[in-house]
Amino acid sequence: MLDVRLYLLQRLSAMVMAPLVLVHIAVMIYAVQDGLTATEILSRTQGSLLWALFYGSFVMAVSVHAAIGLRVIVFEVARLKGPALTLFTWAAFVGLLYLGMQAVYAVTAS
Amino acid sequence: MIRPHRSHPLWYAFLLHRLSGLALAVLLPFHFYVLALALTEPDRFGEFIEWVDYPLVKFAEFGLVFLLAVHFFGGLRLIALEFLPWSPLQKTYAAIAASASFLIARAFFLSAI
Repeated sequence: MLDVRLYLLQRLSAMVMAPLVLVHIAVMIYAVQDGLTATEILSRTQGSLLWALFYGSFVMAVSVHAAIGLRVIVFEVARLKGPALTLFTWAAFVGLLYLGMQAVYAVTAS
Repeated sequence: MIRPHRSHPLWYAFLLHRLSGLALAVLLPFHFYVLALALTEPDRFGEFIEWVDYPLVKFAEFGLVFLLAVHFFGGLRLIALEFLPWSPLQKTYAAIAASASFLIARAFFLSAI
């Protein structure tokens, strides 16, 4: 049952991310046009609740999605299973979520 | 060992989806780490961003955008495969996913140079 739920969660997080990825790619193409500077990036994101929510949900969804994806790879390739596999999945999820939220806070806090 | 399925185009689609996903997951912590520097060490953050001006870095970013785009389009193909009625055009969809990703990555690259 757990695997079925993780499978659905993987698809759900993918569907949440689909529009976010499109916006992310569009912003990258737009922003890189005349060279990137730290000031330019931060002037767009700092103090913006909208970008904080956008990147916050992105980080949440990608942490879930990447942790489940890595879990499948580690299970199939390294034959990790049982509690070790559970621990690995949670560690990947929490690690990505922690680093990601730190990044979101760093670029959006004013 | 004979593995005939591994010469099928859709096996390459699977491989590309898995490898792009793995690469993105591995690169994400580094991406987050650099962005977090904006708060703790703004000077180093600025230095990292200046790297973007190097042609080799621009080319590497072309690769990154391609990875993200190909995982995105490959994922859409998978979701369509699993949730929509069956269509016999799976190889065509995989080819469209790969070409659309290349197009997007190239648009990024042209915009970057």
